[in-house]
Amino acid sequence: MNFLSLVQTALELGLICSLTVLALFLSYSMLNVCDLSTDGCFTLGAAVGATVAIAGHPYLAILAAMAAGMLSGFLTALLQTKMGIDSLLSGIIVNTGLYSINIAVMDGSSLLNMNKTDTVFTKAKALLEGTFLAEQYKLFVAVIAVALVVAFLALFLRTRLGLAIRATGDNPDMVRSSSINPAFTTIVGLCVANAFTGLSGCLLAQCQKSVSIDIGTGMVTIALASLLMGQVLLGKGSILKRALGMVVGAFAFRLVYTIALRLDMPAFMLKLVSSVIVVLAIATPYFKRRLPLLRRRMAAGKEAR
Amino acid sequence: MLKIEHISKTFNPGTINEKAALRDLSLHLAPGDFVTIIGSNGAGKSTLFNAICGSFFTDSGSIYLDGKNITFQPEYMRSRQIGRLFQDPMRGSAPHMTIEENLSLAAPSGGWLSHVSRADKAAFRDKLAELGMGLEDRMKQPVGLLSGGQRQALTLLMATFNPPKLLLLDEHTAALDPATAEKVLEITRKTVADNHITTLMVTHNMHQALELGNRTLMMDSGRIVLDVSGQERGNMTVDDLLARFKAGAGKALDSDRILLSE
Repeated sequence: MNFLSLVQTALELGLICSLTVLALFLSYSMLNVCDLSTDGCFTLGAAVGATVAIAGHPYLAILAAMAAGMLSGFLTALLQTKMGIDSLLSGIIVNTGLYSINIAVMDGSSLLNMNKTDTVFTKAKALLEGTFLAEQYKLFVAVIAVALVVAFLALFLRTRLGLAIRATGDNPDMVRSSSINPAFTTIVGLCVANAFTGLSGCLLAQCQKSVSIDIGTGMVTIALASLLMGQVLLGKGSILKRALGMVVGAFAFRLVYTIALRLDMPAFMLKLVSSVIVVLAIATPYFKRRLPLLRRRMAAGKEAR
Repeated sequence: MLKIEHISKTFNPGTINEKAALRDLSLHLAPGDFVTIIGSNGAGKSTLFNAICGSFFTDSGSIYLDGKNITFQPEYMRSRQIGRLFQDPMRGSAPHMTIEENLSLAAPSGGWLSHVSRADKAAFRDKLAELGMGLEDRMKQPVGLLSGGQRQALTLLMATFNPPKLLLLDEHTAALDPATAEKVLEITRKTVADNHITTLMVTHNMHQALELGNRTLMMDSGRIVLDVSGQERGNMTVDDLLARFKAGAGKALDSDRILLSE
C-alpha cells in the first residue's frame, strides 16, 4: 500500500465518519448535550440501512437509516425533556435499549453480509465505470453526502430555529425566560443530529459491505476526538468554517490512525487512541489554566524548604 | 393589565428548610403603570417575579394578564408577553452568538425556518443606534465581548423589541457602575414611556423608588406591606417611606444595601 492509497482510505473513512462528527457538532457543540446514544444510533443506521438494501432498495436504505436515527434521537430527547431523566443517562439508556433493537432489525443475527447487495456504492461504481473517477467511487459517494450535510447545517443553523438551538446550548437561562421552549429546540436538535449519525452508520456499513453489531462501539469517543481536533484546527469563525473544521478533524484523525496502522500498531488500538486524544484535548486547557498556580506553589515550596 | 389574586408559594414544604416566600399576595396593575418595589432581603420580590413569569407554579391563587388566566401557562408561553431583566447582565443574552443573532431571536419576524432579512438587520441597526453605545457597528461581534452595561442595554432592547404587555426589571442596574447604571436607567425610562409598557421594577435605592414611575410597593415576608401612589407618594420623603414601612411590617427595614445606598 503506497502513501496515496493510504490517504484515500483515510479520506473515505474520515468523510463517512465525519457525518457522525457533524452530528456531535450539532448536539455537543451547539446544543451542549453529550449524546451518549451515538454508538447505538450509528449501529441502528447501519442495521436498518443494510436490511433495507438487502431487501433490494439501495436508495430507500439511506432514507430509512436517517429516519431510524431521527426516531432514536427523538426518544433520547423525550427522556431528557419530558421525563426528567438526566441527559447523559437518557443517552446511556437509549444506547442500551438499541442493542436489542439492532439485533432484532438484523433478524436475530449479529452480522449481516452485503457482498452481493446493491448499495449506493455499487450504483456509483456502475455510474462511474470508464471515467477517470472509476477508482474513487467510494470517495464520490462520501463527498456528496458530506457536502449535502455541511450545506444543510450551514443554512439550518442560521435560521430562527437554528439560532434558537444554539441559544439553548449557549445560555439556557436566557432561553427559559424568552419565548423559546427549550424542550422543543432540544428535541429538534437531537432528531436532526441523530439522523446524520444514522446516515453515517448506513454509509460505513455499505462501504464495508457488512454490518456487525459492534460497528458503532466507541463511535462517540472517536467522533469526539475528531471534533476536538477539528476545533483546534478550525474552531473559530463562521458556522460553515467550523463545520468544515469537523470534516478536516475527522480526516486528520483517520490519517493519523491509518499511518499508525502502517507502523505496525494493531488495529484494536483505535479505541484506546481515541480515548487518549479526547482526554488530552479536554484536559489540556484545564491544566493550562492551573499552570500558574502550580508554578507558584512549587516556588513557594522551595522557599519553605 | 396584571391581576394577581391571593397567590401563595412555600418552598421545601414539610422540611426544616420550609420557607413561605409568598403569602396570600394580591396585586392589580392598571395599563401603563410603572411600579417600583422595595423590600428587605428575602422579602419575596424576586419570588413574585418568578411567579408572574412562570419559573414555578404557585401553590394557590391565580394570575391574569390582560384579562387572560395565565396561572398554568408554561414559562416560555408567558414570555411572549412578559419581558424580564435580571440583575446579572450575563443572563439575558447568548455570549457566543453575535449581537445580530441575539436580536433575531428576540425579534422574530418570520417562521422557524426563515433567515434574518435585510429589513430586519436595518431595524436592528436603527434600534441599536438609539442606545448611543456604538453597538450598531459591532453587530457581527459575539455578545461575550460586550461590557456589562452594554449587555444589559442589549438585553433591554431584546426584551422590548416587540413591546411586551408587562416588563419586569429585577434590580437590572444594580451590578453596573454608577455612570453606566444611570445610562441604562435613562434608556429604560425612555423605552417604557415611548411604548407605554406596564412595568414592575425592583430597586434597592429608596430615592429611585420614589422618583421613578407612578406607584411604589414595599414588600416584607412574602406580603405587600405598603402601596402608595398619586398625591400621597408625590409628597413622600425617604424618611416617610421608612417610617411607613415600620408601621406596615412591624419592624424596621433590614437591608444593608438599602441603608448603604442612602
